Amino acid sequence: MHNLSLKKEIKTFTINFGPQHPSAHGVLRLILELNGEIVLRADPHIGLLHRGTEKLIEYKTYLQALPYFDRLDYVSMMSQEHCYTLAVESLLRCNVPARAQYIRVIFSEITRILNHLLAITTHALDIGAFTPFLWAFEEREKLMEFYERVSGARMHASYIRTGGVNYDIPLGFLDDLFIFCKQFFSRLDELEELLTSNRIWKQRLVNIGVVTKQQALTWGFSGVMLRGSGVCWDLRKQQSYEIYSQLNFQIPIGTHGDCYDRYLIRVEEMRQSLNILLQCINKIPSGPVKLDDYKIVAPSRFEFKESMESLIHHFLLYSGGYYVESGRTFVGIEAPKGEFGVYLVSDGTTKPYRCKIKAPGFFHLQGLSFMAKGLFLADIVALIGTQDIVFGEVDR
Amino acid sequence: MFLGKLIANNMFLKIPSVKIKNINYSLLNILFIKYKLFFNLLFFVKNICNKYIKHVIINNNILEIHVKNKYFMSLLFCLKYQNLLKFNLLTDICVLDFPERNSRFFLIYNFLSIYLNTRINVFLQTSEMLPVYSISYLFKCATWIERECWDMFGIFFFKNNDLRRILSDYGFQGHPLRKDFPLTGYFEVFYDDAKKSIVTTKVSLAQEYRNFYFNSPWITK
Repeated sequence: MHNLSLKKEIKTFTINFGPQHPSAHGVLRLILELNGEIVLRADPHIGLLHRGTEKLIEYKTYLQALPYFDRLDYVSMMSQEHCYTLAVESLLRCNVPARAQYIRVIFSEITRILNHLLAITTHALDIGAFTPFLWAFEEREKLMEFYERVSGARMHASYIRTGGVNYDIPLGFLDDLFIFCKQFFSRLDELEELLTSNRIWKQRLVNIGVVTKQQALTWGFSGVMLRGSGVCWDLRKQQSYEIYSQLNFQIPIGTHGDCYDRYLIRVEEMRQSLNILLQCINKIPSGPVKLDDYKIVAPSRFEFKESMESLIHHFLLYSGGYYVESGRTFVGIEAPKGEFGVYLVSDGTTKPYRCKIKAPGFFHLQGLSFMAKGLFLADIVALIGTQDIVFGEVDR
Repeated sequence: MFLGKLIANNMFLKIPSVKIKNINYSLLNILFIKYKLFFNLLFFVKNICNKYIKHVIINNNILEIHVKNKYFMSLLFCLKYQNLLKFNLLTDICVLDFPERNSRFFLIYNFLSIYLNTRINVFLQTSEMLPVYSISYLFKCATWIERECWDMFGIFFFKNNDLRRILSDYGFQGHPLRKDFPLTGYFEVFYDDAKKSIVTTKVSLAQEYRNFYFNSPWITK
């Protein structure tokens, strides 16, 4: 029925949130249609940090492509290296020495703590709690020192290489890691004392951004966003890679699917990560940290100064790179933000034919449009915080 | 879940690709014993979806279904709603570009079944002239992935309500992830201090981009 006399005045207005807003966690341009303070429609515009990583990787050798993965999600660097390396290894069909696997798991878990510390405390910062942010960044500094000790870089490590890890961990590393773990339990307690039962924190998070199980699945959520909605799905347990099947840890899952549940899960995951770290420290075997195959792994510096053959291998690997059998593979790992996946296609040369990166943040940000509907403008900030968005991986 | 665990524990166990068309029986027997899950999937695929499918490949422990374009939606509907399968999580869509072929694009839909704890890949072949049906009404998250495929490869998705560009700049021309798109691109954008504005010019490089082919002649593909 078209009745022209029933014309209504539209009272909504559209605003730009970002791209230079501190609580947009980077370069998010969010177009919000508001009715007063209620969000009617949220349309995220992404791509402001698009660097064409996938295109660049097609022009690089397998080794040269590795550092791009550090730079995707720049708060959980090694997890992504890990995923890419696993993908290459599954195409090469090579095994990894046990010690290297333990080192990889240690660093994956360090990365998880690194990421969750940033996620929780910047979330708190956006909501108005400044103190946890300062505390957590002190801890993050310690963790990044662990990065630095093995790779020389605080963030973009390129440490996890095909066939193992680049160097063995230095002497005394595990002792210091143990000292860190011991004190970090109480740091977590302090963090929880300040936030978990805090009235303001709960008012801003409880029943905000509720995601049902069905919604989480159909919107392709993964990681904490999926577990927060009560789906017990953690790739470390379900599709165990490296040595996770030998370790003992629990998977926290939420019941309500709101922001508060996801906060609690992140805290609990850090505790579980500490448990994993302690187990690894106790269990780690001695032995080589790289595959003993000079067609894939370059010989050590010491060796190539002694033997001609090693020198040739070194030269070939660092100029041309190693050959990867043609084939295709998908590897997904449990990165701190969710399921990070790499679909790698090789055509038998030294460069990947195609490398598709599945970033969890891309899917979570897409869900913002339905999560934001009907909430206050101020809650958008809480949503972005709980989704743990980092634009390096969303935009690739 | 029990069946799922069987395969999960052997995630990276090395098995060569097996084409179902020319069956290697001994290998398939091993597969059936070790991976009962594949047995279930193959059984399903063979009996229920047979007419939807060109062929099935097991590659790196993932079942790959090459689907006939006509029956694409029917297959996905089965995969999602069949009670034994429940592939209700779309992980990703990967596009491969082979410019020398007639239908140059392969769309690889990667589905995950939490119920079975396994993944399945559905392969769909298409070209730049041939639109693909959008699956955004079955899987909500497909909207943005399809937008990305449109942006990067120029694959048109029929019935996707929101097929704007997503990652590239506003007003960008071309589809950068196609193999015939140069790495350096055609235009560059920068801030011109004299004009006090952002300007777009043609890419001019002091040196042509050099792509080194290190492939040694005696290593064949």
